[in-house]
Amino acid sequence: MIYKGKEGQWSWIFHRITGIGVLLFLAIHIIDTMLIGWGPEIYNKVIAIYRNPIFKIGEVGLFAAVLYHALNGIRIILIDFIPETTKYHRQIFYVEMLLFFLAMIPVSFLMLSH
Amino acid sequence: MQNSETFQNGRPIPVNSSFELFAWFFMRLSGILLLLLAIGHLVIMHLINSIDTIDYQFVVNRWKTPFWRSYDGLMLFLALLHGLNGLRTILDDYLRPGAWRIFWLSIMYTTGFILLFVGFLTLFTFQPK
Repeated sequence: MIYKGKEGQWSWIFHRITGIGVLLFLAIHIIDTMLIGWGPEIYNKVIAIYRNPIFKIGEVGLFAAVLYHALNGIRIILIDFIPETTKYHRQIFYVEMLLFFLAMIPVSFLMLSH
Repeated sequence: MQNSETFQNGRPIPVNSSFELFAWFFMRLSGILLLLLAIGHLVIMHLINSIDTIDYQFVVNRWKTPFWRSYDGLMLFLALLHGLNGLRTILDDYLRPGAWRIFWLSIMYTTGFILLFVGFLTLFTFQPK
C-alpha cells in the first residue's frame, strides 16, 4: 500500500516491518525457551547459537526494532488522543528519530562490546 | 462472496459489534505496558546481563521468584496478542475476502494460540532438574 505522505508513509512502513520482525523473533524465542523443560544440556546448546557474531548483529537489530516500534507507538497514541498534535506529526517524527539514534549509540556499543 | 451491503473496500462493515474499538484500545493499552515490560526485559537481559552469561542456571535462578514468572507471563500474553492483532490488521489490508483470507487467518490464529499455550506451559510448569 502506498500513501502520498513522506514522513507519515515511512513511519507507517517502519512500524509494520519492525512489528512483523519482533513478532517473528517472539515466536522463535517462545520455542527456544520451551527447550528449558528438556534440561540444561539441550537448552545450553541451543542458547549458545545466539553467541554467534551474526546473532550479535541481530541482537542490536532486535533492540532497534523494539525501540523504534515503542517510540513510534507513543507518537501514534499522542496523535490519537490529542488530535491537535496531528499538525506537528512531522516534527514529532523527527524528535522520535533523534531519541532513537541517541539511545541506539550507547546500546549498540554496550551490546557489541559484551 | 463479496456483498456491497456488508463489505466496503474489501473489508466487512462492523455490525453491532464493538470488537474493533476494543482491539484499537487494546493496542494502545498493551503498547504502553509493553513499552515498560519489553524495554525493561531487553535492558535486563541484553545490557545489564548478556547472552554470554544467560544459560540454564540463569533461568533457574530467575524463575525461582514468582515475580519474574508473572512478569514474563504478562509480557508473553500482551506481546503475543499485540503482535497477532497487528498481523491480523496487516493481513486484512492485503487479503480480499475469500478462501485465501480464511486460510491465512486460520494459520495465524492456530500458530498464535499454540505459541501462547506452549509459552504458558513452559513458564508455569518448569521445575529445575
